[in-house]
Amino acid sequence: MATVDIRDVRKNFGSTAILHGVSVGIEDGEFVVLVGPSGCGKSTLLRMIAGLENITGGQVSIGDRVVNDVPPKDRDIAMVFQNYALYPHMTVRDNMAFSMTLAKAPKEVIETEVTRAARILGLEKLLDRFPRQLSGGQRQRVAMGRAIVRHPQVFLFDEPLSNLDAKLRVQMRAEIKDLHQRLKTTTIYVTHDQIEAMTMADKIVVMHGGHVEQIGAPLELYDRPANAFVAGFIGSPAMNLLPGTVQGGAFQPDGGGARWPLPAGAQATEGLRVTYGFRPEHLRLAPDGLPLTITLIEPTGSETQVTGRSGEALVVGAFRERITARVGEAIHVLPDTAQAHLFHGETGKRLNA
Amino acid sequence: MSKADTADEGAALSWQSKQRRVVTVYVPLICFVIILLFPFYWMTITAIKPNAEMFDYKTYSPFWVVSPTLANINKLLFETSYPRWLFNTMLIAVCATVISLVASVLAAYAIQRLRFKGSAYVGLAIYIAYLVPPSILFIPLASMVFKLGLFDSPFALILTYPTFLIPFCTWLLIGYFKSIPYELEECALIDGASRLQILRRITLPLAVPGLISAGIFSFTLSWNEFIYALAFISSSENKTVPVAILTELVQGDVYQWGSLMAGSLLGSLPVAIFYSFFVDYYVSSLTGAVKE
Ligand SMILES: Nc1ncnc2c1ncn2[C@@H]1O[C@H](COP(=O)(O)OP(=O)(O)OP(=O)(O)O)[C@@H](O)[C@H]1O
Ligand SMILES: [Mg+2]
Repeated sequence: MATVDIRDVRKNFGSTAILHGVSVGIEDGEFVVLVGPSGCGKSTLLRMIAGLENITGGQVSIGDRVVNDVPPKDRDIAMVFQNYALYPHMTVRDNMAFSMTLAKAPKEVIETEVTRAARILGLEKLLDRFPRQLSGGQRQRVAMGRAIVRHPQVFLFDEPLSNLDAKLRVQMRAEIKDLHQRLKTTTIYVTHDQIEAMTMADKIVVMHGGHVEQIGAPLELYDRPANAFVAGFIGSPAMNLLPGTVQGGAFQPDGGGARWPLPAGAQATEGLRVTYGFRPEHLRLAPDGLPLTITLIEPTGSETQVTGRSGEALVVGAFRERITARVGEAIHVLPDTAQAHLFHGETGKRLNA
Repeated sequence: MSKADTADEGAALSWQSKQRRVVTVYVPLICFVIILLFPFYWMTITAIKPNAEMFDYKTYSPFWVVSPTLANINKLLFETSYPRWLFNTMLIAVCATVISLVASVLAAYAIQRLRFKGSAYVGLAIYIAYLVPPSILFIPLASMVFKLGLFDSPFALILTYPTFLIPFCTWLLIGYFKSIPYELEECALIDGASRLQILRRITLPLAVPGLISAGIFSFTLSWNEFIYALAFISSSENKTVPVAILTELVQGDVYQWGSLMAGSLLGSLPVAIFYSFFVDYYVSSLTGAVKE
């Protein structure tokens, strides 16, 4: 187990810069999720930590050792790939034992380790099968088993669940988290699925276009996104983000319509271009509120999701109350100003405390 | 009424499609098989025909043999150095194949996986080398063979065959290595394997079908090669089968058809056997079948 320190790491492929100075500090035993849209450089960063890509600039340390020039096998890490990368011509047992065989570990040690990992992952009965004879979830487990047997300092996962169906994904999510709680190994996990990030992480790193947008605990990111990108990326259904200006101490969305009350503690000068954000569940029905012309009603039982139009802006609200109004009619709503957010129109930076 | 119509139509259609299948698939297939196999058939019956039947078309059908004999084969095996020629051919083909495979595996792996600067151009250059016809290449090769004092020794052929085998095998193996996921090697790299260990324990076992087709290809080409074998070997006991049966079994203008055909038949058997064992691999790797 070890800390991982990523300091101002840069990556160029030829003349294209992919990572523009990424810094993340990871505590011993922490479960960190790198999340971001496709192509933002998550895999590249992970592969640099693994030693599969060379580091253009900056510094990566594992424990208290700078590993920039250390080859992958000496970094004491284990990686689980998206397609599992199981060796097709070896049995599950040999797959798991491969690293130890290479290290010339004694037979008994290999046997004990493989048995231990197989027991942890429920693979005892499959040890003599070949990867092609396994289901997706079982392959996934073998890939993890291969990582576990080595007792690495750090686990690296690159979208390990993206090839599984939705149900299995939820199950494996729980298994990976459970595994982490048992082994307490520092883990860096890449995904583009924010739900995976929210449910699994101790700490989330949101990346976008080769930059880190925000680092924090899942609920911290949810409650206080540092900028409009994180606000829109984290949470499902997504946060409402309305472009507009500050006028008369209130928010005036582009394209007219009623003005919205500014979030508590917002620091915005008159006429500033801003993005106004609030989560669907922070909209409440209020007779004296803003009129919202309903365009879609989706009751899920526990709550009702309403999409409506206020001026030009489309707004989504989620209400615990049953909504009796129909499509085309208007309801009156108000956002909870304590939970609303204001972002700078150009930089996207958060403007309220 | 209309129901009956459609039923009729359906029957007509199925009859048509059956007929079409016969015309488009089986008839051409049968023609091909006949055309391809006829030389073998001719070779076989000539090999076991007594001379009397061979030259008398009036009394005996040329397409059939009435009283088969082993005399031709007997003569070939015991009155000529045929066994020796067969051994030469085998030795040369096996050595050239092994040399070519080892060289091509290393070259293909380096070009496809190590991705050194200019690897793409090296790959292209190797392929272009394959396009140079042997009949042009054999002039410079001949002078090298003479200078090295290899003339009339098996090494003359063992060392020159790879000039056309290596380019093709390398090219074939590059394609095959490409179909093996790179992730496997990265994973092995993290697991602590060196480049050579990866090649030996991961890549080669997965490339077996590719290796087999490269092997078959090299073996057949070396086995059948004619120009170099004719030019670089002069003494009878060092000749290979294709050259020997033509130069040793044709005396002046006397063609010993029986022994000639028996020699060709026996000479093509090893290749045919070799092929029949591995034909599935051969096809799958040439069509680039990727396996899990
Ligand atoms: N070998 C390479 N050569 C050139 N560009 C590359 C290379 N590998 C990745 N890139 C580029 O780097 C960027 C980041 O790629 P990366 O694989 O890290 O994205 P990602 O965040 O993992 O996306 P995804 O969620 O789709 O996996 C992409 O724009 C990609 O095109
Ligand atoms: Mg990726």
